[in-house]
Amino acid sequence: MNSGDTAWVLVSSALVMLMTPGLAFFYGGMVRKKNVLSILMQCFIVLCLLSVQWVLYGYSISFAPGDGFWGGFKWAGLAGVGLEPYADYSATIPHQAFMIFQAMFAIITPALILGAFAERMKFSSFLVFILLWATFVYGPVCHWVWGMGGWLRKLGALDFAGGTVVHINAGIAALATAIAIGRRKNLDKNIPAPHNMPFVILGTALLWFGWFGFNAGSALAANGLAVNAFVVTNTAAAAAGLSWALIEWIKNGKPTIFGAASGAVAGLVAITPAAGFVSVIPAIIIGVLVSVFCFIAVSILKPKFGYDDSLDAFGVHCVGGVWGALATGLFASKLVNPAGADGLFFGNPQQFLIQIAAVAVTLVYSFVVSMVIYKIVDFVMGVRVGEKEEAIGLDLTQHHERAYTILE
Amino acid sequence: MKLVIAIIQPDKLEEVKEELYKSEVNLITVSEVLGHGRQKGVTEFYRGAKETGNLLRKIRLEIAVNDSFLEPTIKAIVAGAKSGETGDGKIFVLDMKDCVRIRTEERGSPAIG
Repeated sequence: MNSGDTAWVLVSSALVMLMTPGLAFFYGGMVRKKNVLSILMQCFIVLCLLSVQWVLYGYSISFAPGDGFWGGFKWAGLAGVGLEPYADYSATIPHQAFMIFQAMFAIITPALILGAFAERMKFSSFLVFILLWATFVYGPVCHWVWGMGGWLRKLGALDFAGGTVVHINAGIAALATAIAIGRRKNLDKNIPAPHNMPFVILGTALLWFGWFGFNAGSALAANGLAVNAFVVTNTAAAAAGLSWALIEWIKNGKPTIFGAASGAVAGLVAITPAAGFVSVIPAIIIGVLVSVFCFIAVSILKPKFGYDDSLDAFGVHCVGGVWGALATGLFASKLVNPAGADGLFFGNPQQFLIQIAAVAVTLVYSFVVSMVIYKIVDFVMGVRVGEKEEAIGLDLTQHHERAYTILE
Repeated sequence: MKLVIAIIQPDKLEEVKEELYKSEVNLITVSEVLGHGRQKGVTEFYRGAKETGNLLRKIRLEIAVNDSFLEPTIKAIVAGAKSGETGDGKIFVLDMKDCVRIRTEERGSPAIG
């Protein structure tokens, strides 16, 4: 047991916790003012709901030593998950420290999806959808990649802090739900402008800050690897923010703060799987290019195919996550992390193929199961709010409160 | 020349705009206002305290029209804003003395459209 490692993982857990309220402001600023509370509420209640779900059975499904597919219920209610280290995951910190660090990942991942169906989902259906998704999509995929005996882990797929488990997984689920729920009303004539851009930037800053816990904390120790992850995370976010602003400047004539912020988040997404395996120059390349791919996704692909991924959960998290996972297969180096692997550019093309396989499996599984869960919830209780409720806004119709007053 | 002032429900704004465009009435001013309706609106709760009977949020439209456009404008607003329930709103029609287009200093009817 190492007190420095334990302290760092606890601090990292708190940092990652802050990302979910950060995401709430990031997304909340982007919607119309009649829906801002619905976004804050959805993020907040995910924090409440999945914190409980995780200790009751979520952690067990993901991390108990079950079979290749899932962990089962051996550790339900944290049975056997104590204050001594569990060496297979983290030999130097209490098992519960690892558990609570992972809890924060399990919370923010489903919250990422809600950007896709923002401004039009019933709150009751949202709760049911998120609980089922956490159970049947996040749980298994997390187990495959990170759990003892997980089959993608055995295959040798590299995912340092959750490019596959978190971002591709949530991002493709976002596409499935955006397609299933359909476009918002009056979208063609009246593209809704973000109602509070300073919120978006506040949210971006909180996400960037929290991401140091997300990536550097994933070293699970206060050591050199954590420092590497911290440095490449900051570098990739910065490079991607610059890159997106530059793309806009060239293409649209002016750089926007929304663009720079979107780029930074895309950079953070892309460096996530690579943070513990690549050095700083590849981090810049990963950051610069992720903005190119995500910009194409949100400004060309989305209008072309017509799906209404309201806040670009797919365009940023899935596209950025796929690039990050593949880039890990290109730029990974044992010089950075001897416990990792070399990538294509370091003489190991096999690793690139493994990364492709892990990405493809996650895309297919998450898309299909997310769609099935959506359809079941829709059949049982209906997912979308009525037209009048959508016009009035979710704050008043789902929560009976509003964010802003006119007078007083 | 008439000045049409309409008070409508916020969620009907899109439909009213749509109807107005169909009638080729394109020049409107929109503001968010509070008003006392006869209906209750959507009840709000703050930490369990029920808020009713407050001023309700409405949308106010101002449209200056030449006389021949008056009836189409009224019809369009009604078509967009009417649900048949209490609280659909009101339309006020006022005689308008003059109109000035600031850019050209044109006066009267030609300055409206």
